[in-house]
Amino acid sequence: MDFRLSSQEEAFRDEVRRFLDENLPADANRGDFRFVVEWNKKVRAKRWVGFSWPKEVGGGGGTLMEQVVLKEEMAKRKAPPLGACFMGLAWVGPAIIQYGTEAQKQRFIPDILDGAYQWCTGYSEPGTGSDLAALSCRAVREGDVYVVNGQKIWTSIAMWSKWMILLVRTDASSASKHEGITCLLMEMSTPGVEVRPIQNMSGTAMFAEVFLNDVRIPVENRLGEEGQGWQVTVSALASERSSIAEVTAMFRKLEELQELAKRCTRNGVPATRDPRVRRQLAVFEAKIEAMRLNGLRSLTQQLRGEVAQGETSVNKLLRAELEVDMGDFALELLGSAAVYPRGSDESVDGGRWQSGALNWPEVVIGGGTPNIQKNIIAERILHLPKDG
Amino acid sequence: MDFGFSEEQDLLRAEVRKLLDARCPLGEVRKLAETPCGYSAELWGELAQLGWLGLTIPEEFGGAGLGWVDLVVLLQETGRSLFPSPLVSTTLAAAAILESGSDEQKQRWLPSLADGTRIGTLALLEAADAFILTGEKRFVADAGSANLLVVAFRTGPGAHDLALGVLDRGAAGVATRSWTTIDATKRAGTLELDGARVEKSALLGAPGKSWPAIERLFDLGAIAVTAELTGAAEAAHALTVQYAKDRLQFGHPIGKYQGVKHPLAEMYVDLESTKSLLCYAAWAVAESPGELPRSASLAKAYGSDMFARVGIDGVQLHGAVGYTAEYDIQLYLKRSKWARPAFGDSDFHYERVARLGGL
Repeated sequence: MDFRLSSQEEAFRDEVRRFLDENLPADANRGDFRFVVEWNKKVRAKRWVGFSWPKEVGGGGGTLMEQVVLKEEMAKRKAPPLGACFMGLAWVGPAIIQYGTEAQKQRFIPDILDGAYQWCTGYSEPGTGSDLAALSCRAVREGDVYVVNGQKIWTSIAMWSKWMILLVRTDASSASKHEGITCLLMEMSTPGVEVRPIQNMSGTAMFAEVFLNDVRIPVENRLGEEGQGWQVTVSALASERSSIAEVTAMFRKLEELQELAKRCTRNGVPATRDPRVRRQLAVFEAKIEAMRLNGLRSLTQQLRGEVAQGETSVNKLLRAELEVDMGDFALELLGSAAVYPRGSDESVDGGRWQSGALNWPEVVIGGGTPNIQKNIIAERILHLPKDG
Repeated sequence: MDFGFSEEQDLLRAEVRKLLDARCPLGEVRKLAETPCGYSAELWGELAQLGWLGLTIPEEFGGAGLGWVDLVVLLQETGRSLFPSPLVSTTLAAAAILESGSDEQKQRWLPSLADGTRIGTLALLEAADAFILTGEKRFVADAGSANLLVVAFRTGPGAHDLALGVLDRGAAGVATRSWTTIDATKRAGTLELDGARVEKSALLGAPGKSWPAIERLFDLGAIAVTAELTGAAEAAHALTVQYAKDRLQFGHPIGKYQGVKHPLAEMYVDLESTKSLLCYAAWAVAESPGELPRSASLAKAYGSDMFARVGIDGVQLHGAVGYTAEYDIQLYLKRSKWARPAFGDSDFHYERVARLGGL
């Protein structure tokens, strides 16, 4: 057991820090469009976009450990993301690299790395949320095209995306619901695609319903074999595994909460002298530190070539709890002022704490609700009998 | 970066488990708990021969010369078996001598702690007077069996004017009272000091300057207890998971129902998280001492609350049989009550984390 970095990894850390010193001044406006465009060019030139992808496809060929170092340093300085194509980098790209044809790799991977446009993910349907494999969006092959009919929902950033990775049912007769699913890559401008944004409870719209009516998708845009869609999806989602960047961001959030506590009073004394506040902040710290170390443990398992058991679900559950509880705790600290959102003269810090307390479902529900994660742990790790 | 156990550590774990499963299964633990001294002198001798009593004592002083991560492996197994013995107490007494004692003192006491002829313990809680000690030390683990007592005492009016010294159980002015605790496999008691003398040669470190050493000992104690409680909690969890697979109600194993499987999954999350926090703290003992206070506190705080819940939910998920003396799950519930206050409960440690973090 040794938590130190090798000298090579230390050298890489220094390189990242130097880069940040030079290219990310403390007062940089991270929300400024021109700044982000320049930033993306620079990190792309360093091959830090798609850092762990093979060099042949234009990735950085970095090791798992170097990737941890890179993400950690970036998050510490609140750097903008490495690359602009969020879902393309997270799982569409890895799926194409693993299952795509040579033509598909050449067509899509460079654009994902350059952030030329956005990808969205057409998995959930009105009738199939947690039970993803029960999806019913239908695709019928007619010569060189698939004709798709059905509806997708909770599709994040569908209204700003050029392409969608889409799961459809090509064979309704198969015995298992996991069979007969196929993965297609669909251009959003194809006739028959209609996107309707859904407003969420914090007042913004990040996701949408997507209606598909006789949408004709060329067979050459199928990812993997017909009927292989479930496998493609599972292995693509598995590549979304390192939680290191999240952990660093959570530590930063905790610091902000601590700062907020210093400004608030409870029962007539500074909130930081209230034993319950002190304990709660320390409990958050313990959970985030546990996430960090759980992540390193599973990384070691990966490096040793062992199957990492359930760490993803463990950390997802911890993160879900933290997102909900930390968001809510901020409002508790604010006391009566918690009722004023953005737009009121009385709102604290421009209403950011209210947004935080209302936006957790994006993280907590997306990618599997906490109850589904508990089923996964209970059934796959503890081998308890399956539900239903 | 390598956050995993070595082959040697895996081997150690397997050996300890094999021995304890064979020689000290829960039926035997229950018998030992009924005896006056509470543990088996014969097994104590065997552990000594295997080098496990002096695991963290350097070889030149008769030990195995291993580190705290190795010790965590050993203690997780003794915890898993609810193995009754003064192992943790003796290990901590040895750590006190090892970290604060002179070479002469190490030579004088460590070999006998490693070979099992001396049993040590710490008596830190509640202060006494000067070099002539009069007063009471309370909550002394294994007070009944220990014959080498590492005592903390006050040398001046300042809050941190403290010294550490070694007292022999048979010395004049030393008396102990000992009881079975809520967990019958653990013993504790009170040390009554009435004019007991700590010889100059038995002072560990400079008198009045021992606060940092005492604080560190407290951290080591917290790690040792967390290691044992992690092993015990893992065993309690495994028992409950097995019960959920075997027990049929409404035509199905109860583990099929989410009201049962979800708490078991939640316990797993907390167990794995405790393991991670524990290993990091144990690693920090030798490799990153500056991080020891925070990491030990995080591990003990998280672990104490985790085990309290595993104990209660474990009994509850067993239904009525969980309440019977016959079933083993209740033994773990009682262990969790013992482990929670030992070397600080979660309120104590979370408060310390808040303070260390600048709040």
